[in-house]
Amino acid sequence: MQPEAFFLRRRVQSAIFFAAILGLTYGSILLTQFDVIQGLQAVPRAFAWGIVNFVPDERAWTRLPRILEKLQETVLMAIASSSVASVFGLGLALLGANTTRPHPWFSLPARMLASIFRNIDVSVWALILLFSFGQSGFTGFFALFFVTLGFITRVMVETIDEVSTDSVEALRATGASYGAIISQSVIPACLPQLISWVLYMIETNIRSATLVGILTGTGIGFLFDLYFKNFNYGAASLVVLATVVAVLLIEAVSNAIRRTIL
Amino acid sequence: MEATIPSRRIQVRPRNRANIVIQVTLLTLTVLTLYGLVTIDARNVEFFAAFGDMLANFRVVLFEARLKNLSWFDLFRELMVTVGLGLLTTVFGAVPAFFFALFAAQNLAPRRVTDAVKAVMAFVRAVPTVLWVLFFAVTVGLGAAAAVIGMTFHSISYLVKAYAETFEELDEGALEALRASGANWWQTVFQAVVPSSASAILSWTFVRFEINFSVAIAMGATAGAGGIGYDMFMASSFYLDLRELGIFTYAVLIFAILLEWGATRLKETVGATR
Amino acid sequence: MSLLEIENVSKRYGSETLALNSVAFSVEAGEFVAIIGPSGAGKSTLLRCINRLIDVSSGDIRFDGVSVPKLRGAALRRHRTQIGMIFQHYNLVNRLSVIENVLHGRLGYKNTLQGILGLYTEYEKREAVRILETLGLSEQMYKRCDQLSGGQKQRVGIARALVQQPKMLLCDEPIASLDPSSAKVIMDTLRDINQTMGITLLVNLHQVDVALHYAERIIGINRGQVIYDGPPQALNNEQIYQIYGSEAGELILDLKERYAA
Repeated sequence: MQPEAFFLRRRVQSAIFFAAILGLTYGSILLTQFDVIQGLQAVPRAFAWGIVNFVPDERAWTRLPRILEKLQETVLMAIASSSVASVFGLGLALLGANTTRPHPWFSLPARMLASIFRNIDVSVWALILLFSFGQSGFTGFFALFFVTLGFITRVMVETIDEVSTDSVEALRATGASYGAIISQSVIPACLPQLISWVLYMIETNIRSATLVGILTGTGIGFLFDLYFKNFNYGAASLVVLATVVAVLLIEAVSNAIRRTIL
Repeated sequence: MEATIPSRRIQVRPRNRANIVIQVTLLTLTVLTLYGLVTIDARNVEFFAAFGDMLANFRVVLFEARLKNLSWFDLFRELMVTVGLGLLTTVFGAVPAFFFALFAAQNLAPRRVTDAVKAVMAFVRAVPTVLWVLFFAVTVGLGAAAAVIGMTFHSISYLVKAYAETFEELDEGALEALRASGANWWQTVFQAVVPSSASAILSWTFVRFEINFSVAIAMGATAGAGGIGYDMFMASSFYLDLRELGIFTYAVLIFAILLEWGATRLKETVGATR
Repeated sequence: MSLLEIENVSKRYGSETLALNSVAFSVEAGEFVAIIGPSGAGKSTLLRCINRLIDVSSGDIRFDGVSVPKLRGAALRRHRTQIGMIFQHYNLVNRLSVIENVLHGRLGYKNTLQGILGLYTEYEKREAVRILETLGLSEQMYKRCDQLSGGQKQRVGIARALVQQPKMLLCDEPIASLDPSSAKVIMDTLRDINQTMGITLLVNLHQVDVALHYAERIIGINRGQVIYDGPPQALNNEQIYQIYGSEAGELILDLKERYAA
């Protein structure tokens, strides 16, 4: 191909691509009835308002103990759902991975189940689970649990096939039983990756738990919603601040752990 | 030779830092999980009855789904509104994120600038999207405007991190060669940085689109963003119609699986061209 | 009775590909046999049929008088404990220490619970330490395997096989990923194991010169069929050409240089 023709084709391809994106964006603006001008103006106005009104005032600080109590509830729910889901996720991944599946027939159902679990959004899970668990902590716990289970299964299937195929073959050759192969070679090889993903899911799930809390009336999300609807913006801003500190703290700890074990 | 074999018990697993950290992490997670489960806010819910109820409800959602308040056309339009929200916030997020990321990449900007940009972005990212949306809703009211701005904010912070890491992985040699030939900073960016990271940027942007589709559902359900999320919220909390919720669930599930499939394909092609 | 008898073994993948085509030979206890052939000739498949990592399509394999294709469950595991295996890519658990990887060789002797918990007796641990010492790895005992060089990793692989107290070792391209000096150490170690411990060796090799130098018997395979079976001295250029096909040119040249030198 001539160099001129090559560059021309590249240009045309890029032009078509960006035109398509532009068209889709315009279509989306019409469809969602988003007012671009109003939206752009809103950003500086919101921050101007926020600097004055969305800061913790004295009354807000008196509510700190209650905020911390609810924050603890949310963080614990994120940790519990992520950890329990990881144990089940590892089990499902062992059935789904090519290296460790007990029979080829297990693979597809395990992977499909995981795909369904993670592709239903956490808010949708919460809306479905509200029918059985109502406004209780269980709704949030299971909503986070199902999504995490699907996600962990997917990443662990990949990890198992990536890091343990060779050693599994070697252990089979020594005459080791299936249980011994899993516990002595697959799990030690995958454990650091698994822990890293669990920590990642805890970080994500704290944010998701806040959202679910608004739907189910639990945890820090509920508290934010409550202050917010009562125009108590000082307390609401303190909730945001506390959440940010918690998330950043957990991120820092997770990164330190990852650096040591990976 | 016999003498060199220790007569005491032989340690098999070495006590190195990594092993100790793994054990401490596992122990901590176990304790916190147990404590979290014991102290969960149960609110008089009879767990085993509710669990059985849940399984029965899953059966209803799976096998008895049907529409009632909405027509199939309504369903399609509402789904498209949610997709539109996801697309809009991804595009609006990607453009500023690209420029911020140039100042967050250590091989393109001075350390002090990158640290500042990264710190601000880490803060923005730590705030859950729903709180951003509600924050903006105070000035513009609940609706599409607040949802788009709030979701865009979170998208920017996510994409800046992803793009900056992509830039930092670039081949230092190519950048040096351009600098040596006298190219200025913007020329380096558009002649070396953009072409060699374009496919990775595309892939990350698509991943964010996938995330934003889910977030758009959630914002419809919790923060008045409209679209299928709002209909699901109504079906769940107002009409108490599990069967209609089932159809909505199928709709978002199928679309999400298509998006995930697309993202995986895109990643594979990007990996192949690298 | 021979230690290993292979009778008319064929292995078919799908309906078309015939990886092994009526292979038949027998190996006496204590022999050092090298199996040579081009890549994709079926060497790896053949070794894996012997310890049943792969099931044969037809034919019979008898090890120590026991018919291997019919073995199941506990009997199959007992069969595998008697045969050690060494791999081209070492197949160690890289994150675990050397001693942990070596002890994996004892798992075949454990019941389910002992195996899952990884309970080893003090005697087994001592045996593992002793074998590591004879292979010159006592310094590395508590190192993680990903910190070792390729030659050291392969010696860990050999130690794991020896701790099984096997009657035979199957070595699948043991030096294909190693530099020449490490390769020599590994091949010398294997010969030593064969001569001092009397363990039967079946070694897949790509390199003819190494096979000729170490083995006392050569089996040449091409496209799943045995082309040559005899002592290294009797192997001539024409037969090498038959075994290696178009790849043979370079190999024969190499050999001439070697013998000239």
